[in-house]
Amino acid sequence: MKRVQFNRPLLPFLLILPQMAVIVIFFYWPSAQAIQSSFYIEDPFGFGATFVGLSNYHDILTSAEYLKIVNFTVIFTLLVTVLSLSIGLLLAVKADKVIRGSSAYKTLLISVYAVAPPVAGLIGVMFFDQHIGPFVKLAAWFGWEMRVGIDYWDTAITMITISVWKQIPYNFIFFLSGLQGISRSVVEAAAIDCRSPIRRFWTVILPLLSPTAFFLLIINMTYALFDTFGIIDTTVKDKAANNPITLVYKVYMDGFRGNDIGGSSAQSVILMLVVFVLTVFQFRFIERRVHYN
Amino acid sequence: MKQVTLTNVSKTYPNGVTAVRPTSFEIEKGEFLVLVGPSGCGKSTILRMIAGLEAITEGDLEIAGKRVNDVEPAERDIAMVFQNYALYPHMTVFNNMAYGLRNRGTSKAEIDKAVRDAATMLNLGEFLDRKPSQLSGGQRQRVAMGRAIVRNPALFLFDEPLSNLDAKLRGQMRIEIRALQRRLGVTSVYVTHDQVEAMTMADRIVVLNAGRIEQIGTPSEIYHQPQSTFVASFMGAPPMNLIDADYKGNGRVYLKGGLDMPAPVETGRAGSVKIGVRPENAKMLATETQGALPFAINHVEELGAIRLFHGTVGGQPFTVHTSHEHAIPEGTAWLDLEKSPVLMFDGATGARL
Repeated sequence: MKRVQFNRPLLPFLLILPQMAVIVIFFYWPSAQAIQSSFYIEDPFGFGATFVGLSNYHDILTSAEYLKIVNFTVIFTLLVTVLSLSIGLLLAVKADKVIRGSSAYKTLLISVYAVAPPVAGLIGVMFFDQHIGPFVKLAAWFGWEMRVGIDYWDTAITMITISVWKQIPYNFIFFLSGLQGISRSVVEAAAIDCRSPIRRFWTVILPLLSPTAFFLLIINMTYALFDTFGIIDTTVKDKAANNPITLVYKVYMDGFRGNDIGGSSAQSVILMLVVFVLTVFQFRFIERRVHYN
Repeated sequence: MKQVTLTNVSKTYPNGVTAVRPTSFEIEKGEFLVLVGPSGCGKSTILRMIAGLEAITEGDLEIAGKRVNDVEPAERDIAMVFQNYALYPHMTVFNNMAYGLRNRGTSKAEIDKAVRDAATMLNLGEFLDRKPSQLSGGQRQRVAMGRAIVRNPALFLFDEPLSNLDAKLRGQMRIEIRALQRRLGVTSVYVTHDQVEAMTMADRIVVLNAGRIEQIGTPSEIYHQPQSTFVASFMGAPPMNLIDADYKGNGRVYLKGGLDMPAPVETGRAGSVKIGVRPENAKMLATETQGALPFAINHVEELGAIRLFHGTVGGQPFTVHTSHEHAIPEGTAWLDLEKSPVLMFDGATGARL
């Protein structure tokens, strides 16, 4: 790397100032505000705030409803991450082997990624619509009466399906480029050393894909925790009622619908801590098994 | 006994390009066969078809008496050394060598012994726990060799294994690979574009050009009795001198510039021919003698043990190779080709006459 010597000591700070400003204004400042207001109970009309210490946290962590949402969030995040990673990988492995019409096939798979999340949610909701949704009709054909928005698990399955569907193209792109980055002769050497293609996949291809897979694991967990907000919102049509929701949606509900700024802030601080711990865990324990070239 | 037999094996890609035209040859058990030719001549394609990495369009391939056209690479009892080594970057040296044995259900003790024996043989003992990225080019090459050796296969396949090494290491590995192959007695097919590797390593050489076999023979046959101008000019450095001439059927050939010399062979048909003389076979004289051809020297290359004289005979480029003791003549020298081994080729087809 090239080292540059600056004569004036302030110049380098000036150069990183725009970047720092963006981070401070859009990340550190709101975070600090959230932490601060999580210790207060705010008047719903904004006339004043009372310091209450950790009572917001106490209320949250002892609330049965909150724990139920935590439960669902864990299930939701795990399923969305595992399913969208594995389906994306499967499609990429298959697409890598396609010779004729491969670009058309790849374009079809990738193009879904260009759909904006709320639109994807809307399209997904239409697929599961009570009257015109083909998935509901398909389920009915198998004798399963799907009632999205009414039945807890039917709604959950809808959310998970739409979220996975939305994320597959992203994973597909990365896995495909990861696969194409694996040396052809290494794959051929493996073909000579091992007769079973499935065993070759687990022992040679997947370890060589591990940097891509690790990156995608973090991205997908973040996606499932935060970016699925739009999909959940369209699925429950802005009125959660008894439907399953995730932690980030609960933050929004309590903060903007319930005007409980303090409680909502405390929840987002908890969420922040969870993501922080998860990321540290992933880097410390999973990244060890990753082979970088 | 024949270890490998190719019968009219050909390769045509789906886009219609023919890489290998119907080709037949046999490899004896324990033989070291080198496929040599310029890039795009089909040598690697033939090797990859033997390995099973490339489907055979037509023809039959037999390894150890069994037709293997439709057999998976892993079941052909072969081991291959790739040009870029193709080591598994995420595995240690030990695991790189053990991988093929593990997949074949060899016992742990046997794997351990086989890998350690191979590592000792290749001086890799202290590197067994390293990853390939921590090794030098020559060491990686040895690991790739080790991976092939531990399997104890019926056939070794080498795909230009030395072309990524520097010249000094290449010379050393050339000797090592050949010595190892002799010791293990494993039949080997070796692909290279380097005629020095082909000459020094092969029991027999197959010279390929544009998907076709030009000639099969021992290094000595290929060098001294080339069957075409292609083989004559591809093998040997500097290559054989080839000069255009006219053969008129009267026992003499007529060169440009009013020169003539006795025809090395008699053929029934008169026409244009090429006269082939190896640079070291042309006898250079300082004074004119009966039947000698004038040789205008343009440039002298001093290579220590030898000298190369570059010049023209009758206006056509010609090179003479002499020992370093040979005096450098003033101006024009004379070439006495009457007693030298001189070959004659058809001017149009390049075939030996």
